[in-house]
Amino acid sequence: MLGTAAVLHSSVPHRHPWDADAQAADRHAGHAGDAVAGHADFRDGRTVDHRANGFDPHALLRDFDWGKTTRLPNGRVLREWELTAVEKEIEVAPGVRFAAWTYNGRVPGPTLRCREGERLRIVFANASSHPHTIHFHGIHPAEMDGVPGVGAGEIAPGGRTTYEFEALPAGLHLYHCHVRPLAEHIAKGLYGAFIVDHDKARPEADELVMVMNGFDTNFDRANEVYAANTIPFAYMDRPIRAARNELVRVYLVNVLEYDLVNSFHLHGNLFDYFPTGTRTEPSELTDTVMLCQGQRGILEWRFPYAGRFMFHAHQSEFTELGWQGMFEVS
Amino acid sequence: MEARGATDRDLRRAPTRLGSLPAWALGLIPLGLIAVAIGAFVALGGPGLGERRGPPAEELAVERTTLRPGVIELTVRNDGPDAVSVAQVIVNDAFTQFSGAERPIGRLGTATIRISQPWIEGEAYEIAMLTSTGGTIAHEIPVAVETPRTGAGFFGLMALLGVYVGVIPIALGMLWLPWIRRIPPAWLRAVMGLTIGLLAVLAIDATLEGLELAGEGSQAFGGAALVLIGGVVSYLLLTGVTAWIAGRREAAEAAGASAGTLALLIAIGIGLHNLGEGIAIGSAYSVGALALGAFLVVGFALHNTTEGLAIVAPIAHVKPSLARLAALGLIAGVPAVFGAWIGAAAFNHALAAFLFGVGAGAIVQVIVQLAPSLRDDEGRTLPPVAVAGVLTGMALMFGTGLLVSV
Repeated sequence: MLGTAAVLHSSVPHRHPWDADAQAADRHAGHAGDAVAGHADFRDGRTVDHRANGFDPHALLRDFDWGKTTRLPNGRVLREWELTAVEKEIEVAPGVRFAAWTYNGRVPGPTLRCREGERLRIVFANASSHPHTIHFHGIHPAEMDGVPGVGAGEIAPGGRTTYEFEALPAGLHLYHCHVRPLAEHIAKGLYGAFIVDHDKARPEADELVMVMNGFDTNFDRANEVYAANTIPFAYMDRPIRAARNELVRVYLVNVLEYDLVNSFHLHGNLFDYFPTGTRTEPSELTDTVMLCQGQRGILEWRFPYAGRFMFHAHQSEFTELGWQGMFEVS
Repeated sequence: MEARGATDRDLRRAPTRLGSLPAWALGLIPLGLIAVAIGAFVALGGPGLGERRGPPAEELAVERTTLRPGVIELTVRNDGPDAVSVAQVIVNDAFTQFSGAERPIGRLGTATIRISQPWIEGEAYEIAMLTSTGGTIAHEIPVAVETPRTGAGFFGLMALLGVYVGVIPIALGMLWLPWIRRIPPAWLRAVMGLTIGLLAVLAIDATLEGLELAGEGSQAFGGAALVLIGGVVSYLLLTGVTAWIAGRREAAEAAGASAGTLALLIAIGIGLHNLGEGIAIGSAYSVGALALGAFLVVGFALHNTTEGLAIVAPIAHVKPSLARLAALGLIAGVPAVFGAWIGAAAFNHALAAFLFGVGAGAIVQVIVQLAPSLRDDEGRTLPPVAVAGVLTGMALMFGTGLLVSV
């Protein structure tokens, strides 16, 4: 029974308030009663209140923040963003509240995207009650590193600073708070993806961002829920739409705290893997990659077949605690 | 002294305005004022106290675990001061489907959570109830075994078990009666000492077992205090019953109860203890922690045979009817059957702890009643032969107790 979870799932109609699909209007019947039918999910197939959270993991998937651009006197592009640290209670599983620390009220923070060699300016305001920073991965001067005691150092509550550096090198990076206690500042939600596009653009694709994370809701330094883009089972409840034979590109970042590694596994397919996205040639063709915290990479593939294909961490515990999803290929 | 006496008289005589009211009204006035004060305090929202600091304190105690094929059922009770909402359930690090506990569980409230889980016999399961605040309440099932269904056959089996470990051994033990009738008085004192030794170990055992049980279940009803309260209640009740029986019979024995009353008290005390023993056996069986082997039955037989001896020791020199002897044996043994039923069908840590306390209190009361019978002709409270008897009894009960651990 359990082995055919994916097949069963496709036969179980879903009902979600955010789902515009007519086909998903029926009761989530498969989960009531004793029968262990269909895929793993929360109680009765319930979902979190995305509206109250202020962000929907489906919207986060394809939400690339290109900031505002101006031309510098020397002709170069200056790209600017404003990031504000705010405390916000979010629902990390149906009925479970978590006091998160966020950049711009969402977890993960905005996916900052730019082009190689541009001048970047990130204005950071701390509207929370704890000191924070933004530490970017990439090449930049020491005082722009966003760590305590160097440059602007810790930004006190109510304070602000500006991080400014060149967009280097091209690749997939990340940013996160670097204030002690580090695990706490990261695990509470202060992180996001940071993409620097190559001069020579990658081929046209359906691009998705997945920040693999988890939440320690009972503060025992172990996660109770796991996900890609914060909300467990979000892409099980509503599969990610993909078109047959179209190139899919996933920007995959692991920020998971408390667990040593995380992973990504794709069903019914293999993908080209570009570690850290710094090269334009893939390092391997695989269906599973393993990442430690801070590791990231770009994945590319095409679906030759229509249907539903799972993706998940290939650590069964993470999978069953929320980090799994589906592609709906048509 | 004079002045104070005068004041007292004055007060008693003083015609106050309240003095014109009937006595019952005067008794009610403080109660009424308490009600008014509480009402005002609640209506004003506890002025000056403000909100409670800190996040809600969430406590759930699992009172009963039932395993059926594909389903684990937990009955939980809210032990803490705040309502608890069970948002999700995690079994062995995986979210699972479940029903029940739709609403927040209020203080002392209970809820039954039915978890869909294809559990495997003999394996261990760790269940975490994830609450609305993100807290987890863990419950471990060390060895998964299907909970026996409580049908007629099951109750029959439990009754048989109760008869095996309670009724039969005690009846066998009572067969020592002809022997103790023939032994000299000094030897009889040793036998009485032996009885007290046996009972002392039972009392210690019941208290410790009760305290252990009290620590496992819901603490909201007092936990370990339940054992002590149970002990005091049964001690006082039995003391009252003893006095009442003695008064009715107008028995002239100044030292305490008559031989017949003593035997009855011992039977009641041992019966209450066997109720607890039955509960332990029944609950252990229902969670699969007990193998119903011949060894267990033999162990209990040896262990409880000594209880039969304890009952007949005080009536060595009276000639009770066979029916009376049978009644004493049944009073002491049959509660094991009831205990096994309760333990297997409706086990509750708090109730079991209380009943163990009741058993311990009853036994202590019996020991107090028996103590005067140890006195020898020279008036020594504890003659060497009696001490030897007590120690032998303790050793005997301790030794046979090693054969059975529930």
